[in-house]
Amino acid sequence: MPEQTFVVNGERVTVDVEDNVRVLWVLRDLLGVTGPKYGCGINVCKACTSHINGKAFNPCAVPVGDLSADDEVTTIEGLPAQAAEEARGDHGLHPMQEAWLERDVVQCGYCQPGQIMAAVALVRKVRDEGRTITDADLDGIRNICRCGTYTRIREAIRDGETRM
Amino acid sequence: MTTTDGPHTVNRRKFIGYLLGGATVVAAADLGLFGRGATADAGELPTLPQPAEIADLSDLLTLAAAPTSQLITVTINDDGTASFELPRTEVGQGITTAAAMLIAEELDLPVDKVHVTLAPARPELLFNQITGGSNTIHAMYTPIRVAAAVAKGALLQAAATVLGDSANKLTSHLGHIVAPDGRRVDYGRLSALAAKEEPEAVEVQLKDEGSHGVVGTPVNRIDALDAVTGTKRFATDLDVADALPTMVCRAPTLNGTPNAVNNADEVRNMPGVTHVATIPTGVAVRAATFGQCIDAVRALDVSWKDGPVAGMSDEDALAGVRAAEAPVPELPAGETVSGDFTFWFRSNSAMDTNSAVADVRDGRAEIWASLKNPNVAQGRIAEAVGVPLNNVTVHVVQGGGSFGRRLFDEPAIEAARISHTMGVPVKLMWHRADDARVGRTHPLATSRIRASYSGDTVLGFQQAHTSVETDFRHGLGDIITAKAADLPAGLGNLPFAQVIFHLTTILPYDFGAVGQSLVETDTRFNTSSMRNIYSPDVRTANELIVDRLAQRMGTDPLEFRLSHLRNGRLRTALETAAEKAEWGKDLPEGVAQGIGVHVEYKGVTACIMEIDCRPETVNRKVRNAVTGPRVTKATMVIDCGRAINPRGVEAQMQGCVNDGIAMTLTSSLHLRDGHFQEASWDNYFYTRQWNTPPELDVVVLESTEPPGGVGEAGVAASAAAAACAYARATGTMPTEFPINHQTLSFEPKPYTPPVPQSPTDGLEHTY
Repeated sequence: MPEQTFVVNGERVTVDVEDNVRVLWVLRDLLGVTGPKYGCGINVCKACTSHINGKAFNPCAVPVGDLSADDEVTTIEGLPAQAAEEARGDHGLHPMQEAWLERDVVQCGYCQPGQIMAAVALVRKVRDEGRTITDADLDGIRNICRCGTYTRIREAIRDGETRM
Repeated sequence: MTTTDGPHTVNRRKFIGYLLGGATVVAAADLGLFGRGATADAGELPTLPQPAEIADLSDLLTLAAAPTSQLITVTINDDGTASFELPRTEVGQGITTAAAMLIAEELDLPVDKVHVTLAPARPELLFNQITGGSNTIHAMYTPIRVAAAVAKGALLQAAATVLGDSANKLTSHLGHIVAPDGRRVDYGRLSALAAKEEPEAVEVQLKDEGSHGVVGTPVNRIDALDAVTGTKRFATDLDVADALPTMVCRAPTLNGTPNAVNNADEVRNMPGVTHVATIPTGVAVRAATFGQCIDAVRALDVSWKDGPVAGMSDEDALAGVRAAEAPVPELPAGETVSGDFTFWFRSNSAMDTNSAVADVRDGRAEIWASLKNPNVAQGRIAEAVGVPLNNVTVHVVQGGGSFGRRLFDEPAIEAARISHTMGVPVKLMWHRADDARVGRTHPLATSRIRASYSGDTVLGFQQAHTSVETDFRHGLGDIITAKAADLPAGLGNLPFAQVIFHLTTILPYDFGAVGQSLVETDTRFNTSSMRNIYSPDVRTANELIVDRLAQRMGTDPLEFRLSHLRNGRLRTALETAAEKAEWGKDLPEGVAQGIGVHVEYKGVTACIMEIDCRPETVNRKVRNAVTGPRVTKATMVIDCGRAINPRGVEAQMQGCVNDGIAMTLTSSLHLRDGHFQEASWDNYFYTRQWNTPPELDVVVLESTEPPGGVGEAGVAASAAAAACAYARATGTMPTEFPINHQTLSFEPKPYTPPVPQSPTDGLEHTY
């Protein structure tokens, strides 16, 4: 069986599994990294949103064979370490996670790791574009939340943006 | 207007509880004394009280729960924390946080020192372990406080010995008992000293609700930290030894069944696959990863027996409902207003799909699943796999949403059957396509309303609601049958759905001769309630006709409602909403406000929505999305009785607003050729960020009424407000919901294979 090597949350891992198995299952079923959630398996619900080399991606839509040994996958579990130590908040978490706690965004919580990872990437993206988050940016977020926590997500993203 | 105080306003704070024997303080509450009462407002042409105002669904659940409430226990641990096993299921509605707050309040302990977990199935609780009807807090408010107060009393007694002072001179402060001279001892040290060898009955006095310092204040969820760090565990996150990923290949028609598998050996030899087994609902595959399960499901060649609705479309289902409609009763003579409304199938699929972990071997069964009715599940699992009830352990796991789904146990039963057949532990997860197409739906229904009026007086209002059967076989029915015979108004003779309909349906206006009836038909679909039961449909139809009556009489919709409401709490809520939403403000053509109000779950809600139906808004483009009219502002006011956690209530109302918008504007299932077409979130249009109101205000009114339910309370008013706003903005009263049902906004995915393959281009869509 092929060996797959890549970096997860700062640690290089090697897994024996076929090339075509999507990264989501390698993370969840083989490595026990369960922060990224399954919600559709076809890259439409965005519950599994994580980062690859600092950009948002959906591991349900990436065969593990497409990753190289130096590709860095960050899941919600590894997000706090992405913030400089002095930038972390009261709970030792990434500023966006702290904003999520402050605003008590979560209801059932299932989609929230993906929401937070998408939010962090969105803030980075608009910052790279030399601007700040707009209503249109928030309207364009595709992560679904069946509890309907959208209002607090919007508030937390704006809050998290100022903390980041 | 007058309000009649019910017996709940009696200041009764003394209760008997128990200290159970053990190594530490284990306090129990056994009293089922609950606030009950009805309010009735005098009106110019009063409507007789409807059944739901005499004894509603919450009352029934509360009564049925009472005899076993003594088994609710609060334990003081030697580290000074308190533990409580909640015999209910947390699915996002916030009941674990509310329970922790009640205990923290009565014990005088910080909320973060109260650990609330979910109790496993406990058959001795009989029917006191169902999470439904938004009843948890209503039923548990007193027992939880009594148990905590008993524990506190024991700690005070033990502290009296330690501190050499009489207990009544001691006070508590955040986990310590304090003597008048300032000496203190913490709960952890007292826990063993206060333990009893034998059970003992004690009388306790609950804290005066007016002096509550935690209850009634905004508190963040106790599981938030776990959720935002990805450590909150749902069923599919559990690490149960050897419980490998498992999925089921299902039939191309709804509820079809397998005849034969033509390539089982071939599939069994696919990478990662360990087992292939036929079960009554399909063909199960078990593999090292879910990705390999998907590959295996797609590769299976199965011959199927058609399901019971093979070949049918939702137009056929509607024709069946139409054929079952009973005549709308005669009205008092006058001018008439009428409306016929259709409500299409809607999906209550949660983010966390149907799932369960099962280990059924050697005459024992152990199951982990999010179950709102674990005792019924335990019995059904025992029956399904032929294991004695005593050998079936059912662990209740927090759910990633429910919306009606987790009242039922089919994933747990299915997982148990698969594990039993394969002889190995399994982690069953429904593919989203299964969850969307085969999972339960809010049933298709019609609602016909006829109203008559003379001058500015409504003489009569009759509503005939007809629906595909709503499945209540999750065990709620057992409670209802046990109690229904005692109900007034002859309800004891009606079947379950009738009872539930009449226990949840209130028309809150003085409209003279009011009648609301239900006929159900067609048992072939997988149905259930969906974040509320009948009310979103019933109230949407009601409020549209209310607006039409107001229009005929030349009265403003707000004024008309205020002059006909027969519920004082609702009047206050509506007046508050109107002020907050600036009812009647100038709006451009194509933009309008609409009102929806509702009475249920021991509380009232009033919602005003502002909708933008201008072409530039309706036709805005979002990739692979349904846009349409946009609710630009929503104002939701709730009086839910005493709000345990106003922050949690606000969160639930925000969610309810999004549910109401989805039900009215965008979300439905389309049955074609015997199967629902929607297979994922790119087909089913629950409210998304591009449809959620940019402005959403929630007001939680102060109330001294007993605490009611909040998880579902706001959906009906929201759905109705969206519909009324749409009607006013467009000048056309919509008659089917969602309003976009006739437009299929996606290309249906194949039925064979039953699940779509995952894409491979994810790295091209990073941002």
